[in-house]
Amino acid sequence: MIEVQNLSKSFGKLKVLKDVSLSIKQGEVCAIIGPSGSGKSTLLRCLNLLEQPNQGVIQIKDENITSPKTDIVKIRQNIGMVFQHFYLFPHMTVLENMIYAPMKVKNISKEKAVAKAYDLLKKVGLKEKADVYPSKLSGGQRQRVAIARSLTMEPEIMLFDEPTSALDPEMVKEVLEVIRNLAHTGITMVIVTHEMGFAREVADRICFLDEGKLTENLPPKKFFAKPKTKRAQQFLQKML
Amino acid sequence: MQLHFELISDKIPYILQGILTTLEFTMLSAVFGLIWGIILALFKISNIKILHGFAVFYTSIFRGVPLILSLTLVYFATPQLFHYDITALEAGVITFTLNSAAYISETIRAGITSVDHGQQEAAIALGIPYPKMMRDIILPQALKNILPALVNESIALLKDSALVSTIGATDLLRRADIVASDSYLYFEPLLFVGLLYYVMVMTLTATARILERRLARSD
Ligand SMILES: Nc1ncnc2c1ncn2[C@@H]1O[C@H](COP(=O)(O)OP(=O)(O)OP(=O)(O)O)[C@@H](O)[C@H]1O
Ligand SMILES: [Mg+2]
Repeated sequence: MIEVQNLSKSFGKLKVLKDVSLSIKQGEVCAIIGPSGSGKSTLLRCLNLLEQPNQGVIQIKDENITSPKTDIVKIRQNIGMVFQHFYLFPHMTVLENMIYAPMKVKNISKEKAVAKAYDLLKKVGLKEKADVYPSKLSGGQRQRVAIARSLTMEPEIMLFDEPTSALDPEMVKEVLEVIRNLAHTGITMVIVTHEMGFAREVADRICFLDEGKLTENLPPKKFFAKPKTKRAQQFLQKML
Repeated sequence: MQLHFELISDKIPYILQGILTTLEFTMLSAVFGLIWGIILALFKISNIKILHGFAVFYTSIFRGVPLILSLTLVYFATPQLFHYDITALEAGVITFTLNSAAYISETIRAGITSVDHGQQEAAIALGIPYPKMMRDIILPQALKNILPALVNESIALLKDSALVSTIGATDLLRRADIVASDSYLYFEPLLFVGLLYYVMVMTLTATARILERRLARSD
C-alpha cells in the first residue's frame, strides 16, 4: 500500500530524514514513535507530499507519487490526514465542514454528502453537533469531527500526526476510542503518537525514528519487550 | 454670521440627486477594487516571480502618484490613446478601482497570511484544489479578519469620490458648487453636502458593525 524507499529530506542544511525505507501493507496500522524533533511529522507529511522529499521514492498503491507526472491532488483524496490542532474550517458548521470536500471535490450530490456526514458523525458520537460551529466544541469533539471529515472522502489510507497531543487528558480517551474503532475497519493507518499504551495495543508495527533514521521496525510485542537499539531502550524508559 | 438655508430649499432635490452619483461611483469602485485587490494579493503571495514583481511594482506606482493626477490622466489620456470618449464617471471608477486595489491588496495579503497555515494544509490534505481552497476556505477567513480595514477603505473611497467633481461629474460636491455659484450662497450648500457625507459615512460604519457581529457568530 505504502512503499517508501531511501527517503531523505532536509530543511536547508538540517537533515531531517536520512535514507528512510518503510513498507506498509494494506490494512496495517503503523505507529511512528521517537523523540521530539526526530522527524516523525516530516515523514508523515512526506506521505501525502505536504513536504516534498529531496531524495527517494514514495509509492502509494504502486504509483510513484514523487514523479512529476502524478496528479498529487487525486492521490491526496485517497489519503486522509488528521492534525494535532484539528484545523476544522472555523467559518463553516460541523456539517458544512464535512460536506464541502465530497461535494466540491468529488461532485457528490448534497443529499448523499449530508447522509454520509450524518452517518460518520453518528459513528464518532457527535450527530447532535452537526449545525454547531467548531468554536463551540471541546478539543476532543473537534478532533473527532476532524477525523470524521477526513473519512468523508473515503480514503484508503489515514495519517495521524499526534492526534491527542493538544488535548486535555480527559479528552484523550474519546479520541483514541474513535481511532481504535477505525483501526478495526481494515483501513491502512500511520499514526505518529506519544501514547505508548495505545501504540502497543492498536499498532501492527512500531517504527522508531531517531535523528531522522528509522532504527527500529518491529511488531509491538517485540518492540516493547526489548528494542534492539540503546536509544530506543532509553526512549522507552522515559516514556513508560 | 447668518445662514439662509431657506434660500436654497428649492435646490435641495437637485443636490440630493448627487447622492446617487456619489454612491454609484463609490460602490462600483469598492466592488471592482476589492476584486482586483484580491487578484493582486494572490499575485503577491504567488511563487511565480513575474506575477509577484508586477503586483509589487503596481502598488508602488499608485503609492507614489497623487490620486488627482491619475484621475486627470485617465480622463484626458483615454480619448487620445483609445479613441474612446470616456465619461467622468467611468474615468473616476477606473482610477479609483486601480488605486484602491493597490492599497487593499496589501491589506488582503496580510489577511491571507494571518489565516493559520494549518487551514491550507487541511484543505490540501482533503484534496481541495488551490482555486477552491482560496475562494471557499482561505479568503472568507482572511476577509473577515480584515473587515474593519476594508470598511475604512470604503469610507476613504466615499470621501475621495468628491475628487470626480474636478473632472465634471455631477456628484454631491459638484452640485453644491453649482448651487453656490447660482445663488451666491457658499456656506449653505457646502454645509448641507457636508452633512450628507457625514450621514453616509456613519451609515456605512453602522452597517459594518452589524455585519461584523453577524460574522462573529462562528467565534
Ligand atoms: N518547515 C520546516 N522548516 C525548517 N525546519 C523544519 C520544518 N519542519 C520541521 N523542521 C525541523 O525538522 C526537525 C524534525 O521536525 P519534525 O516536526 O518532523 O519532528 P517530530 O519528530 O515530529 O517532533 P515532535 O515530536 O516535536 O512533533 C526539527 O528539528 C524541526 O525543527
Ligand atoms: Mg511532530
